Amino acid sequence: MMTLTKRKTWFYFIPYGLWLGLFVIAPLALIFYQSFFNLDHHFTFSNYANYFQSLTYLKMTLNSVWYALLITVFTGLISYPTAYFLHGLKHRQFWLLLVILPTWINILLKAYAFIGIFSQAGIANQFLSFIGIGPQQILFTNASFVFVATYIQIPFMILPIYNALDDLSPAFINASQDLGASGWQTFQRVIFPLTLPGVKAGVQAVFIPSLSLFMLTRLIGGNKVITLGTAIEEHFLTTMNWGMGSTIGVVLIVAMVIVMLLTGDQKPKGGTPR
Amino acid sequence: MTEPIVELEQVTKSYGTHTVLKDISITLEPGKFYTLLGPSGCGKTTILRTISGFTTVTSGNVLFKGKRINDVPANKRNVNTVFQDYALFPHMTVAENVAFGLTLKKMPKDQIDERVNQALRLVQLADFGDRAIDELSGGQQQRIAIARAIVMQPQVLLLDEPLSALDAKLRREMQYELRDLQQRLGITFLFVTHDQEEALAMSDEIFVMNQGEVLQSGSPVDIYDEPINHFVADFIGESNILPGKMMGDYQVAFGGHQFECADAGIPVNEPVEIVIRPEDLNLTEPEHAKLKVTIDTQLFRGDYYEISATDRLGNDWLIHSVNPAEDGETIGITFRPQDLHVMRYDEKEEEFDARLETYEGTEDDDLDET
Repeated sequence: MMTLTKRKTWFYFIPYGLWLGLFVIAPLALIFYQSFFNLDHHFTFSNYANYFQSLTYLKMTLNSVWYALLITVFTGLISYPTAYFLHGLKHRQFWLLLVILPTWINILLKAYAFIGIFSQAGIANQFLSFIGIGPQQILFTNASFVFVATYIQIPFMILPIYNALDDLSPAFINASQDLGASGWQTFQRVIFPLTLPGVKAGVQAVFIPSLSLFMLTRLIGGNKVITLGTAIEEHFLTTMNWGMGSTIGVVLIVAMVIVMLLTGDQKPKGGTPR
Repeated sequence: MTEPIVELEQVTKSYGTHTVLKDISITLEPGKFYTLLGPSGCGKTTILRTISGFTTVTSGNVLFKGKRINDVPANKRNVNTVFQDYALFPHMTVAENVAFGLTLKKMPKDQIDERVNQALRLVQLADFGDRAIDELSGGQQQRIAIARAIVMQPQVLLLDEPLSALDAKLRREMQYELRDLQQRLGITFLFVTHDQEEALAMSDEIFVMNQGEVLQSGSPVDIYDEPINHFVADFIGESNILPGKMMGDYQVAFGGHQFECADAGIPVNEPVEIVIRPEDLNLTEPEHAKLKVTIDTQLFRGDYYEISATDRLGNDWLIHSVNPAEDGETIGITFRPQDLHVMRYDEKEEEFDARLETYEGTEDDDLDET
């Protein structure tokens, strides 16, 4: 009986184990392995030495983190009120679906759509001409890069926040009002702290991918913003320096781990949320 | 009479075509323990929410100390609620929970600490301030919820089935504590429950509700002894309810005989219902009996036997007796005239009270001597 259950458990583990081995552990190991080889396929630590001694790479790292931060902050500022508003609506499942809908469209297609919108003769410039400001250079600016990246990330932030709001018992809001709290005080002291896990999940889902957005930096940002993602792509596809590309990859992975730890679900002093 | 603290005047609440409160008028006086008693879905929690401000009424007035508060939002009302599931904030400690309302008032910190400690002492959890909410048992959470409400020093405390999540023993303990707390604080408690025992044990006055209406209000003894109709008699305590006919003042017929009773003011020959509480029935020899019944079954309940019997017309009788009977035995039962309570069909509370006025007081005294 015991062996049977054990064998069964093993059986169910096979797909997950394969997936884990082939698509998580093996690539990580390969990147780590590659990062210790130079262009001549000799074992070396010089990639890491280069990375941490070169101003270009450090600036690039800072750039990546800074833009990812900007994107995350803007996404958060838009997503929390949106999720809150959606949650109060009558047909909220329908409105939520509309928010999710754009995520089903390929990111490349959306990027090309924005090239059209932001171009010299695009709708955005037509509008600016109409209100008398005149056409501006919108495409290939840092602002347009942040704008489009924020647009793409918003659904991934709204969903976890919406779910957190959904899990929040209305009794807490009633209790807060009953004790004399105004709407804003209730939000500040009860609703926001209790939905913070949703915000943290949203930050993880947005900040980490934003560190390595290379397609948008090129298509929308015009390669003016060089992020770590761009650098990795250049090293693997253009300079063919796989070792250096892998080193940057390792740095990115470490950065992700740090973000995960910072936004992880620590137990708040008052007990578990929800 | 003291000035009422809370009044509902002809309050009606509807959701679309569904009416949950029908023309409710109740008055709460300061310093009393009131209970709204009724089955689930009867509207008792809705009444609480109209007073706390979480529900707006469709028509009628909600008054607080004589002032209309229909449009005053919940956070501006001087009443506090103990919620059914406590609703303690899980991201705060016990002390932070209790202090919540006071910190909103921007009260100095030492004053807050003092009042929080005082409230925690009052619910006998003085050393629990630094605990997390999920470290508390259900009974402790219950007390913290009470502390969080009373620290605000409300003039009316609303309690929404606060004991329903506790086990039977703890519930009995909390009944004593709540009653004691109410008397020490001297404020008005409005307690919502579907448990008639709870209501009878704690209240100064009970409002019995069903389907959005207050059927009867009065002291626990009044309601127990003189239920207005079948529903109230059945809902409160155990009872034998039999169809009968009024034969004149203080004379009623049921079970094939005519008996002396304590009720009057009902037209002769009017069909009525008779209520006799099982503990008011005594077993006796058949020849001394007012009625003869055949014992069906009996259950030993510890302090009494619960005997189920049938009379010759087929009416079921429930008898509480300290002595056992024998199954299948034909036995006599007796009762006193004042143990009978006559209920008219469809009598409203005002009519009932008015009718009682006409003969009670004078008759009560000499009936009690028999």
